[in-house]
Amino acid sequence: MKALQNLFDSIKPNFEKGGKWEKFHTLYEGHRTIAFAPDLTTKAKGAQIKDATDLKRVMITVVIAMVPALLFGILNIGHQHFMATGEAATWIDKAVFGAISVLPILIVSYAVGLLTEFTFCVIRNHPISEGYLVTGMLIALVMPPYIPLWQVALATIFAVVIGKEVFGGTGMNILNVAMTARAFLYFAYPAQISGDQVWTYLADKTAVDGYSGATALAVAYNAGVEGVDAGQALAQHNASIGADFSFMNMFMGWIPGSIGETSTLMALIGAVILIGTGVASWKIIVSGFGGAYVMGLVMNLFAANEFMAMAPHLHLVMGGLAFGVVFMATDPVSASQTETGKWIYGFLIGALTIIIRVTNPAYPEGIMLAVLLMNVFAPLIDYYVVKANKTRRLQRATV
Amino acid sequence: MSKTVKLRKGFDINLVGKAAKEMVEFAPAQTFAVKPTDFVGLQRPKVLVNEGDTVKAGTPIFFDKAMEQVKFVAPVSGEIIEVKRGEKRKLLEIRILADKEVAYEDLGKIDLSKIDRETLVDRLAQGGVWPHIIQRPFGVIANPADEPKAIYVSAFDTNPLSPDMAFVLQGQEAYFQAGLDALTKLTSGKVHLNINGDEQGSSLFSQAKNVEINRFSGPHPAGNVGVQIHHLDPINKGDLVWTVNPVGVAQIGKLVLEGKYDASKVIVLTGSELSKRGYVKTISGSAVTNYVKGNLQSGHIRVISGNVLTGEKISMEGYLGYYHNQITVIPEGDYEEFLGWLKPTTSKLSFHKAIGMLSFLNKGEFKVDTNTHGEERPFVVSGVFEKVLPMDILPTYLFKAIHAEDFDEMEQLGLYEIIEEDVALCEFVDPSKNDLQELVRSGIELLMYS
Repeated sequence: MKALQNLFDSIKPNFEKGGKWEKFHTLYEGHRTIAFAPDLTTKAKGAQIKDATDLKRVMITVVIAMVPALLFGILNIGHQHFMATGEAATWIDKAVFGAISVLPILIVSYAVGLLTEFTFCVIRNHPISEGYLVTGMLIALVMPPYIPLWQVALATIFAVVIGKEVFGGTGMNILNVAMTARAFLYFAYPAQISGDQVWTYLADKTAVDGYSGATALAVAYNAGVEGVDAGQALAQHNASIGADFSFMNMFMGWIPGSIGETSTLMALIGAVILIGTGVASWKIIVSGFGGAYVMGLVMNLFAANEFMAMAPHLHLVMGGLAFGVVFMATDPVSASQTETGKWIYGFLIGALTIIIRVTNPAYPEGIMLAVLLMNVFAPLIDYYVVKANKTRRLQRATV
Repeated sequence: MSKTVKLRKGFDINLVGKAAKEMVEFAPAQTFAVKPTDFVGLQRPKVLVNEGDTVKAGTPIFFDKAMEQVKFVAPVSGEIIEVKRGEKRKLLEIRILADKEVAYEDLGKIDLSKIDRETLVDRLAQGGVWPHIIQRPFGVIANPADEPKAIYVSAFDTNPLSPDMAFVLQGQEAYFQAGLDALTKLTSGKVHLNINGDEQGSSLFSQAKNVEINRFSGPHPAGNVGVQIHHLDPINKGDLVWTVNPVGVAQIGKLVLEGKYDASKVIVLTGSELSKRGYVKTISGSAVTNYVKGNLQSGHIRVISGNVLTGEKISMEGYLGYYHNQITVIPEGDYEEFLGWLKPTTSKLSFHKAIGMLSFLNKGEFKVDTNTHGEERPFVVSGVFEKVLPMDILPTYLFKAIHAEDFDEMEQLGLYEIIEEDVALCEFVDPSKNDLQELVRSGIELLMYS
């Protein structure tokens, strides 16, 4: 490692004040601190020792928590493809096929996002932050497998610039950056990110007879429109080729959908990692699922159509709810930051997701809008929690 | 009504380098220093002595023009060898070459049963012990013109490697009690003595008279007087309370009973890099050279006056701080570590459990150096500070209010209740590596002076 250290030392003068690449100082520091934890020491006054955990480690924890979802996503893309085309394939074939369609999206997301981030760091002369490690992965995981790469690049640039950098960079953003990317595509290029055709990557093959690429949400919604039992419609969907929307299938994630969102199980594994390491707030995750379940029950009470009458536990495994609650809602920067606020914030995300799903025909998936909406309202929730704290202090003074 | 309070939030930092409860001998220091920088809130210090003057223990050597009644006195007798000033003539140190035998200024014994409050205040202010009395809010030296609502003494220290106060004050029971008695005369309210509820504790504290005894238990910062006040009778806007640490109480008692300023105290030498650790009898402001030089296990070290959370880096030839009862020596951490942010480890101390940070599995002691383990970042992770601050305060919002210099918010969010030491743990655990103690002081200065 001495050699690498020497290499860094040898190019260092170029990046120092007066050096020829002075402007790119922050890039130099950024890369050096990734290779080597920096040799900074505590100040003469104040805490003389510091905790061994830094933001890089926190961020990499989130990335690792998403790896199960990514790996499963890759496998599932292949699985869905071969099932739809009716070809026989081994798991290795499926994994290879999935990797070929997913990895370019992941690479584009990271490459374009980091480039945008670096550009801003150089212009604004602030240190490169670790935030994009997580965002880059999230953006890839919420894309449909069929998405054109230029759209991924465009959405990434939009999200990093408008979602984050204009507010001052990591830690200052109001909206979840990855959700901003997805929402951008959703409204700018709806053809590639909604409907029945985009969730299964067929390549140049054609689907077998009777195969429908619809998502579970679309199936359930149509059941509501047509007045057939939603639970049954889900169970019968594509049943002939073994790709039905039974609770178990949806829980495991062998269904069409965005790359990382289909498997509730993988999201839960991620949740276990995030909660076990204390990186994400368990309050948001628990109240998020709770909110969705409770709102599912409330919908049952009205039961104006069959979708509303659907058993609420099905809501928990459909669409991107689990993925969104575990990985998106818990983003500490855009979430509520008070402990009481986290309960309210998570609950409302879950509840709003179901409301949007069930009542709004234009947006079958509610989690994206629910998270963004609650990102906007999180400061308001916190405002009242903080106000309560101030009031307690004031009352104490007057007693 | 004495109270028992159990605290759950907090974090005990378990370090290598604890000292056994035994006295160790070292050659006494030759030079001593009074460092005006130790005294928070000092505004315009005026030096009363010149280089070459001889002083006795208890001779005033400077005072603050903003609070002329309070005199800062020499801890030992001897010759003033240097009045050290820094940039803009800022007064840094007044050094004294000590006599072999300490000669004391006769300040006169104090008969607490006869003396009135005003005279007592004046005697304490002239006698060099007044700076031990700290005012809350703001954590500055108390103004003799004020009368506090109550006085609080925390009889135990929960900081890492901190001294056992009962051991430090062994044999000084009479002084300690006399000090408490003097304090009761300073307030019409109560004097609270807060003792450790986790231990049987020394009779020195539990048998103390004329005071309200409260018990606190739980992890650090249960021993911080600010935390204790918050749970007994929180400070509101307009309130004024005083705090004294137990060593200060004993020094006040010595002045009362003996009529002299005796700055001798027992401190603890700790830290992983010291070979010979233990308790040593010294005098406030002592040079630390004799305790450290030749007593080291390695070469590249940091000497800290005080503990690792709130102390101050001093040189090997530096001096013990006025308020410090501890010297800690730990390794300096100015090294790079390959993929140090990613490597799994059980040997690096962390409050967090992020991937690979497995120190929670390690129940042993940790050897910690001064490396920051990362660069400064904006606040990202939420909910961490709340876990180590056992008060009904929202630290993240308070810090943001200070950053924004929003006076109303600072006030309403509880800046009157905390000083640096209360957020020291927040500063330690912060993954974004912000200097929160410095931030809190800057906020307090905004509230005080503008």
